[in-house]
Amino acid sequence: MATPEITQEVVRSFDLAVDTVRELNQALHSEASAGRVVVRNPGGRHAVAVGLDAPYEVEIEGHVGYYCAGMNKLATVRVRGNCGVGVAENMMSGLVVIEGSASQSAGASARGGRLVIHGDASARCGISLKGADIVVRGSIGHMGAFMGQKGCLVVCGDAGDSLGDSLYEARLYVRGSVAGLGADCIEKEMRAEHVAQVRELLAAAEIDDVDAAEFRRYGSARRLYNFHVDNLGNY
Amino acid sequence: MCGIAGLYTKSATLREHLGALLADMLEQLSDRGPDSAGVAFYRDPAPAGWCKVSLHSPSHAPEWDALGGELAAQFGEASGPRVRATHAVFEIAAQAEEAQAWLLDRHPELTLMSAGSSIEIYKEAGLPTRFVERFALEQITGSHALGHTRMATESRVTTEHSHPFSTGLDLCLVHNGSLSNHNRLRRTLAREGIRFRTDCDSEVAAGYLTWRLREGATLEQALEACLDDLDGFYTFAVGTADGFAVLRDPIACKPAVMAETDEWVAMASEYRAIAVLPGAEDAVTWEPAPGQVYSWGTASLVA
Repeated sequence: MATPEITQEVVRSFDLAVDTVRELNQALHSEASAGRVVVRNPGGRHAVAVGLDAPYEVEIEGHVGYYCAGMNKLATVRVRGNCGVGVAENMMSGLVVIEGSASQSAGASARGGRLVIHGDASARCGISLKGADIVVRGSIGHMGAFMGQKGCLVVCGDAGDSLGDSLYEARLYVRGSVAGLGADCIEKEMRAEHVAQVRELLAAAEIDDVDAAEFRRYGSARRLYNFHVDNLGNY
Repeated sequence: MCGIAGLYTKSATLREHLGALLADMLEQLSDRGPDSAGVAFYRDPAPAGWCKVSLHSPSHAPEWDALGGELAAQFGEASGPRVRATHAVFEIAAQAEEAQAWLLDRHPELTLMSAGSSIEIYKEAGLPTRFVERFALEQITGSHALGHTRMATESRVTTEHSHPFSTGLDLCLVHNGSLSNHNRLRRTLAREGIRFRTDCDSEVAAGYLTWRLREGATLEQALEACLDDLDGFYTFAVGTADGFAVLRDPIACKPAVMAETDEWVAMASEYRAIAVLPGAEDAVTWEPAPGQVYSWGTASLVA
């Protein structure tokens, strides 16, 4: 699945040097139509385009603060800049693309959808991941996918210390070096199905210059939580 | 939660607007720390053989002119006061240690906020936006500055509990976070002769740096030693006569963003405080890695 092309006409434009974040978010919540929304001068403001529940295509021209696209559902949110803590936290579905780098806890607790970060992500990327897929073009900081339960974290660069600490069933793929694995996280065999999965995730993230075969897979040793093979379908 | 800002200028033009720019940064960080605000400016170095001190008076009608007379009588020459709200700055024809000792002895009612050659510290309880106006920050020029907005978690909200804390001549510290071993460390440092004015955890971090530097460490070594000896959460910014340094705790509990252009280097708790600077959209912007010392103006780091 490729990233949807943004082809729709501009339906709404916001300038956060003038309009408030509340005005932006309320418009995105109350106007039941989907469509293209352009947000200018975000100026590092927090909570830009949070809680969307319709297939909007939101383009943010600049750097945002905390929790951008948090709780996202159905919408595509593209940030042409960096973002602060907790981008796409608790995302349910949809697509969030960061063209710059992300601060801590990117994609925290995200249950579904896709988060693509073209720069680096710092500490705790994908903390408590619950089913979303995260693809990072650069490197991630320490404690990536801490307590991750479900979903994939793909890192084309390096991972910091304590990767996958206290991991449940999330899958971690790292192409570069890993500074250290967290408690109960181990390297696992990279089988053909895993290469295929990475290839698919990279293609969906529109990253075409990275070879899926170069990744290594990390996952839970399942010694820290009560894993029963009979319940495999529930993970 | 607190807010930290640091700004280092690379051009003469920007030095003229340092106070106005720092004021804009502090206002962005106001809701991270609405209890108090404070700043340290590095500007107008005192002549050779002279020192500069910043003092705070709790009095509604401080007798700064009289103090100026006393200083001149004691040390031969003194200039000032340059009064700014509840604070005043004096330049004194004496070594900083001498002037400090005399002030502590003769004027215990005053708080010595800073001493050195170029540092000036102003801080006060209350909303940062009010502080910015009351201290007319937009008028202050200088080469670099640190700022802090405080949301108290460990101790009272007073002028003395506000940041920056002086950590020695021309040195100061601002802190976002909380330290858990500050009581024990304070007792240890007190035995080493480090003076504390408050029960604030951040002052212990400042005292710790003072002690390390006194024992011969460079600022970089002193900051690295924090990683072993301080237990808790912190992003520190430390001001020096010619720049500033930044350190985050090893698990990066507290935020920090840095940015650089041809005109300036800035650090802040959040990007929105950097976004107000001229040319921020084209700045190289990054998040400082945990447990790593970043610094500008390295002379005092290796001294």
